[in-house]
Amino acid sequence: MLIIKSIEDLKRVKEKYEPLIKQRLGHRNGLGLTQIMVCSGTACHSSESQEVRLQLEQELARRGLEEQTRVIKTGCFGFCQYGPIVMVHPGGIFYCQVRPGDVRELVEKHLIGGQVLERLLYHNDSTGKRTPTIEDIHFFQAQRRIVLRNCGVINPEEIGEYIARDGYFALADVILHRKREEVIEMIKKSGLRGRGGAGFPTGRKWELTAAQDIQPKYVVCNADEGDPGAFMDRSILEGDPHSVLEAMTIAGYCIGANQGFIYVRAEYPIAVERLEIAIEQARAAGLLGKGLFGTDFDFDLSLRFGAGAFVCGEETALLHSIMGQRGEPRPRPPYPAQEGLWGKPTLINNVETFANVTVILREGWEWYQGQGTSTSKGSKVFSLAGKINNTGLIEVPMGTTLRTIIFDIGGGIPGGRQFKAVQTGGPSGGCIPAKYLDLPIDYESLKEAGSMMGSGGMIVMDEGDCMVDIARFYLQFSQDESCGRCTPCRVGTKRLLDILTRITEGQGEMEDLEMLEELSYDIRDASLCGLGQTAPNPVLSTLRYFKSEYVAHVRDKRCPAGVCKALLHYTVDEDKCIACGLCAKACAVQAITGAPKQPYWIDPEKCTRCAACVAKCPRQAIQKGTGKDVAVLGGEAGIYAGAGGAENRATL
Amino acid sequence: MAEHNVTGQTIIVQELPFKDVPEKKDLLQEDHRSKQFADMDRVIRLYAGERGQLIRILQKAQEIFGYLPEEVQAYIAEKLEIPVSEVNGVVTFYSLFATEPKGKYTLSVCMGTACYVKGAQALMDALKEELKIDEGETTPDGVFTIKSTRCVGACGLAPILMANEDVYGKASPGEIKKIIQTCRKGESVDHKKH
Repeated sequence: MLIIKSIEDLKRVKEKYEPLIKQRLGHRNGLGLTQIMVCSGTACHSSESQEVRLQLEQELARRGLEEQTRVIKTGCFGFCQYGPIVMVHPGGIFYCQVRPGDVRELVEKHLIGGQVLERLLYHNDSTGKRTPTIEDIHFFQAQRRIVLRNCGVINPEEIGEYIARDGYFALADVILHRKREEVIEMIKKSGLRGRGGAGFPTGRKWELTAAQDIQPKYVVCNADEGDPGAFMDRSILEGDPHSVLEAMTIAGYCIGANQGFIYVRAEYPIAVERLEIAIEQARAAGLLGKGLFGTDFDFDLSLRFGAGAFVCGEETALLHSIMGQRGEPRPRPPYPAQEGLWGKPTLINNVETFANVTVILREGWEWYQGQGTSTSKGSKVFSLAGKINNTGLIEVPMGTTLRTIIFDIGGGIPGGRQFKAVQTGGPSGGCIPAKYLDLPIDYESLKEAGSMMGSGGMIVMDEGDCMVDIARFYLQFSQDESCGRCTPCRVGTKRLLDILTRITEGQGEMEDLEMLEELSYDIRDASLCGLGQTAPNPVLSTLRYFKSEYVAHVRDKRCPAGVCKALLHYTVDEDKCIACGLCAKACAVQAITGAPKQPYWIDPEKCTRCAACVAKCPRQAIQKGTGKDVAVLGGEAGIYAGAGGAENRATL
Repeated sequence: MAEHNVTGQTIIVQELPFKDVPEKKDLLQEDHRSKQFADMDRVIRLYAGERGQLIRILQKAQEIFGYLPEEVQAYIAEKLEIPVSEVNGVVTFYSLFATEPKGKYTLSVCMGTACYVKGAQALMDALKEELKIDEGETTPDGVFTIKSTRCVGACGLAPILMANEDVYGKASPGEIKKIIQTCRKGESVDHKKH
């Protein structure tokens, strides 16, 4: 690739690649080329999308079609539930769940026969119809993709395609025509706030770092996406890595830094690979390195890898980790903007924040400011997971309601079950109950509801999820990840976990509930860093909205959702039992006894609630009791199959 | 050396008393070991020039040795001219570093929230039951290690089970036997990696 020195050079690259991109955006531009986009995000990757891609290439070569057809890797479409996704242009035909075994038929029917392969189209369950294009799928139509605009459109491993989407034009404009203060002012006016969780105004952070009169300075991208159930940053890095590189370079220019670091989780191998390719290509094109666009501004990037410590998402801990030390946080101030890497001023922003920067500069701060709510501008990417029909990645304007996200875009809860809560913000956030479904979400409203924006993970829970157990789960996470530096977090989370475990095992007492609350406030107020300060949030929010469930565990010794093993009891329905004895054979602890032609019986003292008997019973005669009500379990029983008791629904 | 010569080797093996055979094995191990340390030296040379690359060096060391025994930690400390305590402090802080050898296959159950609400715990229980070992332990034959892992970000496919780098999405306790058998058969899981 030629070294890019001016806007004209960028335009030349853009011209070369634009026809390809235009066709993918729906222009029938007579390209005489068929482009097959294969999703290569982590989720599709795991369901063999790369095998599909290889087989497509082989099949095309075998049939001599490789001249007029191109198979292209692309980033996450966001429709992970239906992966692997394959999209064919022109026509934008959207195929779901394409297996390697489907490739031959796809090539024969679509590419040779010129017909759509009906069988692999998206099936709309509510209308019962199959729909051919992305425009017909409500999941996509209900979204507004600003940050994710390139995911699924470009090949993330080809810098030319990013340039064809106006990439690096903002950087050129900034370096060649703008003053630093002017750019920082634009970011400030746009109202962009940090997407990592806390929501600190980004422009203000840039200004603070730029104002420091010390050299060298550093730019850091926090790609240590540790919240379980959150994968927005990963998808951006996998689908559009150059947008982050470009924004970091712009940030470097504005604050006066010449070196940047991207701190990325080692658990994201595909994102790491794409970043490495992107950095290499940007260097080869002269968009990273010495003398960018013929000026005297130098900027280069280097990757640093996390090694599995959640606390490293906290900025001061992250800095220690980049320097190769134990990732322990330190008190602030001094803030990283004043004293960061190796004691020098350092700007730290999250992946999604950086991805927004290029959008603002391209579309203008006035436009950006018009998006979202009064306090939170722009859009937000969320990852939907848990008990929801359309798991995947979505982007909506700030201020969209939870109901729209979960029931409209997300397609509601599978299996006709009841919505119970949505967990946002990971281990630092809380569970939001049904009564807040119409809450327009932004940084403030979520905080008010006892949760937080966090990085944007949303886990939907239904009536089969026990909120006490969920609180215990998060505390176990926080306790495990507590770095041990400060006592409130180290000892406090341990004590919280002890109490919660006791409650889920039926050993809780009513005083424990007060103790939980008191201890939670103490940990929140006294901990050194964000991890400890927010660790009690899952406990506080579940106590606030689902107190009756805690009370049921403590006072009645029962788990309404039927999750906490120690509080369950299994019984045999005498009318259904055919005395086949399979259950007794399956029981590892000999808790089941019986005789021919007599109903079998489960000894509650011996029973370990492993549910092995439930799986074996041919007549579904074994019932799981949660106390007052008894639920009959179906074929795919396990402890997680859960029972939605009337009591439980009443808590809504 | 004569042992390395194919024709010579036959003669020597015939002449050697039985007790000497293990020595040859030791020799091979020794060879392997020194090759590992030679690789290690290359890694250190590559990264030592840059500031703050200790974690990267340790990650590479773990790829070479499989885990990070004290000997390796001390070696790295000496080469980088930093205290062993500093290296050990970093190794013990991060969960991806292991100080004990792992099995040929590491089966990890994702314990992210999405996987948890979709039955990751039942998956883990079934795994423990099947292999008769606890989390973090390795089977006596050195084939399997089980552990729980942090969110791998493929929440759309929850619950997730990983065999080394291979991802099994929407895994159920019933499938565990099959996955274990696949590994046992030596049908290398790595082959399926794309």
